[in-house]
Amino acid sequence: MAGNEPNARPRSPHLQVYKWTPAMAVSIFHRVSGDGLAIVGACMFLWWLGALAAGPEAYAAFIACVWHDPDAGTAHQVTNILGKIVLIGLTWAFFQHLFSGLRHFVLDAGAGYELKTNKLWSTLVFVGALFATAATWLYILQGTFNG
Amino acid sequence: MGNGTRLGRVRGLGSSHHGSGHWLQQRLTALGNILLVGFLFVSLMRLPLADHGAVLRWASNPTVALALILMLVSVFWHLRLGLQVMIEDYVHGEATRLLALVVLNFYAIGGAAYGIFAIVRIALAPAALGPGGM
Repeated sequence: MAGNEPNARPRSPHLQVYKWTPAMAVSIFHRVSGDGLAIVGACMFLWWLGALAAGPEAYAAFIACVWHDPDAGTAHQVTNILGKIVLIGLTWAFFQHLFSGLRHFVLDAGAGYELKTNKLWSTLVFVGALFATAATWLYILQGTFNG
Repeated sequence: MGNGTRLGRVRGLGSSHHGSGHWLQQRLTALGNILLVGFLFVSLMRLPLADHGAVLRWASNPTVALALILMLVSVFWHLRLGLQVMIEDYVHGEATRLLALVVLNFYAIGGAAYGIFAIVRIALAPAALGPGGM
């Protein structure tokens, strides 16, 4: 705080001053992805569920807004793109939070704290989440183009 | 009245025996989420999502409806616990924090109730009236 401590001393955990390592990154991204799912993901799901319960017209309006509108006006062209961006983001957040959460279960059991092991699995959480997101959307888009 | 014993003065402060409960509930709902959101994810991948009738038939199946209701309880309880920690870490000032926590509880309980009610509408809708006939 006074500015004359040795640099090697631990610093307070603010993102601006914290040294970025895989382990701290996976921790902050656990929170970011979790909060994203909790707010955007849960609201999207409730919107979809409410439209499903409200009937065919409401459901068609939801699909036209978020995914695809056969006779799209400008507004729906924009929301269709935004909808896909949000859904891709939610897919990533889902896998990031899932894999990171599984890592937490291992840590809770008292395992995986060795520096190299911790770094390896933290990195694999990011790689796995990106890979699973890419695989999911390749599967979805391949279905869209073929069907 | 004095200030009580040392033990009496600290009792009720600190974890108040709630910390481990919060921790444990977060893990238990996480386990529920793995199973139930995993089920939802696989279902969404396999369903023709643009087809209202097909999705409605899927959601009105009693087993699916039950799984979705359990999922909403697990997910909304889990997100309430998670967002609570986020608010406690980042929202400073007692009044603002209290307000944020109240809003969070309204969101979590209201959101879960909205979702569960939607599933009940779907699952219990009289088949004779067709989709959405209530």
